[in-house]
Amino acid sequence: MGLKTLLTTHVGAADSHTLNHYRSVGGYESQKKALTEMTAEQIVNDVKNSGLRGRGGAGFPTGNKWGFIPKTDKPKYLICNGDEGEPGTFKDRLLIEKFPHMLIEGMVIAAKAIDSHQGYIYIRGEFHKGIRIVEEAVEEAYKAGLLGKNILGLGYDFDLAVYSGAGAYICGEESALINSLEGRRGHPRLKPPFPAVSGLYACPTVVNNVETFCNVPHIIRMTGEEYKKIGTEKSPGTRLFAVSGHVKKPGIYEVEMGTPMKELIYDICGGIKNDGTLKAVIPGGSSSPILTAEEAMTATMDYESIASLKSMLGSGAVIILSESADLVETTYRLAEFYSHESCGQCTPCREGTHWVKDLLHKIKVGEGTEKDVELIFSLSRNMEGGTTICPLADACVMAVRPTMTKFKGEFSTRLKKEVSISH
Amino acid sequence: MAYQFSQDSEKRFQRLIPQFPSKRSLILPCLFLLQADKGFVDQEGMQYIADRIGDPVSLAHVHGVATFYTMYNKKPVGKLHIQICGNISCYLAGSDSITEHVCSKLGIKPGETTSDKKFTVDEVQCLGACGFGPVAQINDKYYENLTPESIEAILSELEKQV
Ligand code: SF4
Ligand code: FES
Repeated sequence: MGLKTLLTTHVGAADSHTLNHYRSVGGYESQKKALTEMTAEQIVNDVKNSGLRGRGGAGFPTGNKWGFIPKTDKPKYLICNGDEGEPGTFKDRLLIEKFPHMLIEGMVIAAKAIDSHQGYIYIRGEFHKGIRIVEEAVEEAYKAGLLGKNILGLGYDFDLAVYSGAGAYICGEESALINSLEGRRGHPRLKPPFPAVSGLYACPTVVNNVETFCNVPHIIRMTGEEYKKIGTEKSPGTRLFAVSGHVKKPGIYEVEMGTPMKELIYDICGGIKNDGTLKAVIPGGSSSPILTAEEAMTATMDYESIASLKSMLGSGAVIILSESADLVETTYRLAEFYSHESCGQCTPCREGTHWVKDLLHKIKVGEGTEKDVELIFSLSRNMEGGTTICPLADACVMAVRPTMTKFKGEFSTRLKKEVSISH
Repeated sequence: MAYQFSQDSEKRFQRLIPQFPSKRSLILPCLFLLQADKGFVDQEGMQYIADRIGDPVSLAHVHGVATFYTMYNKKPVGKLHIQICGNISCYLAGSDSITEHVCSKLGIKPGETTSDKKFTVDEVQCLGACGFGPVAQINDKYYENLTPESIEAILSELEKQV
């Protein structure tokens, strides 16, 4: 357990984003292997065997996702979700800027697995530098015969284009991303049908996260069986954890899954800033329920452990809060985020997120009452559990309610004292 | 003269066309081309996009898309567009002091542009660089681990170039 590099082994090389460098360290060998020695079914099975789970947030088994693609004559589309925008999350940007060829190679292998001949890399628009780097890498790959018609003369065609997002967190939700790619507003779609059946241009579509694709060449190189030996039984592999907040050395660390959170915070990240004490950890991006310091010290960095604490490993964004953090303020900022990013299709989300934000604002400036607290809880009940098209409303609840429950004291001391009316 | 794509945008537009089986997908990239040409997206430009893409894309479609996404400027912005992240990790790293410092130096509030049209300041949501906060995006570039002093130095350097 602890630090282990699989994806980021060559992060120190200044030219890690170039085709030359990537090839010099064995890059594109897995693509060749997949195109020459493996059938689509074998690729899917290998990825299933590896136990790889999606690195975007939901943690869905990748091989199964690919396996859902029906065998039809319709075109099948492959999309990379690089719309990283969940507060606290900043690991895909590193992969995009440093290892674009690993991403491309992973996508070509996935394309063969699902019989896709057209892919898109959707990157959030603010990542200008990353978009440029990936565009250059795609061009290099085309020139080297690694993309396009008849790849490496092996008879497989796959075209790949880069698409820039335009500033909307909700496009990280896969059906909203698909709408965005179709030139529409980024509104999540009602499911079913799921994208595997009817996605981009109403055709079968797979959407995977950047880090997920980057794992694929490694799985093919070492076989799923070997890959599965890294990490834990139910959470194989490594993960890129993006650590921010009150630690001495924030940053992106590739760690074997199952590593104790304590080790991540105190050894790998050097401990709490200013030698303070830990108050809480948001373990998997802004929509994962907060953990108290006590809970955090028992957790290991894998799906099961964090789930057993009723939270989520999510996007791998670990936000550290020391005793100096004002949780009323941080919770307000997260509610503000969700209200800003709600796409507005569903009433509980459109109205609820704004209402919760306004009530938290009232509490933060000392004007809130117990009734306002009650109202937040009652709104939360109406925003969660499938009352909306996508999970953004649930995410808002998860960012707010557990914090108000676990850190009651912090919120109640901010309430306005009841004024007795004297007449 | 009526607006049309600049030479550079026209070249990029031609390269985009074969990438998508549906013309509709061109709306978002075209709005970026328009913004690159004009600095913001206006009615005339959006009409031009609708005409260039053609049926079934109408001005209403283009307008609906443009207003949904935050990166399309619906009004002109200053030569230097300073977007400071105010979300959780940046807040924990002290982003409020950066916003306050920049705003008081420029004498404007978030969302405003200086009268000489040089600077626009906006507070924005997470920029995806949370471990290096406070973070600001100025035009196309990220500036990380900011302090009030460093952002001041960066701005006076950039001001010389515009
Ligand atoms: S839950 Fe919110 S973000 Fe999701 S579709 Fe409904 S309104 Fe849009
Ligand atoms: S919170 Fe500021 S970049 Fe993510």
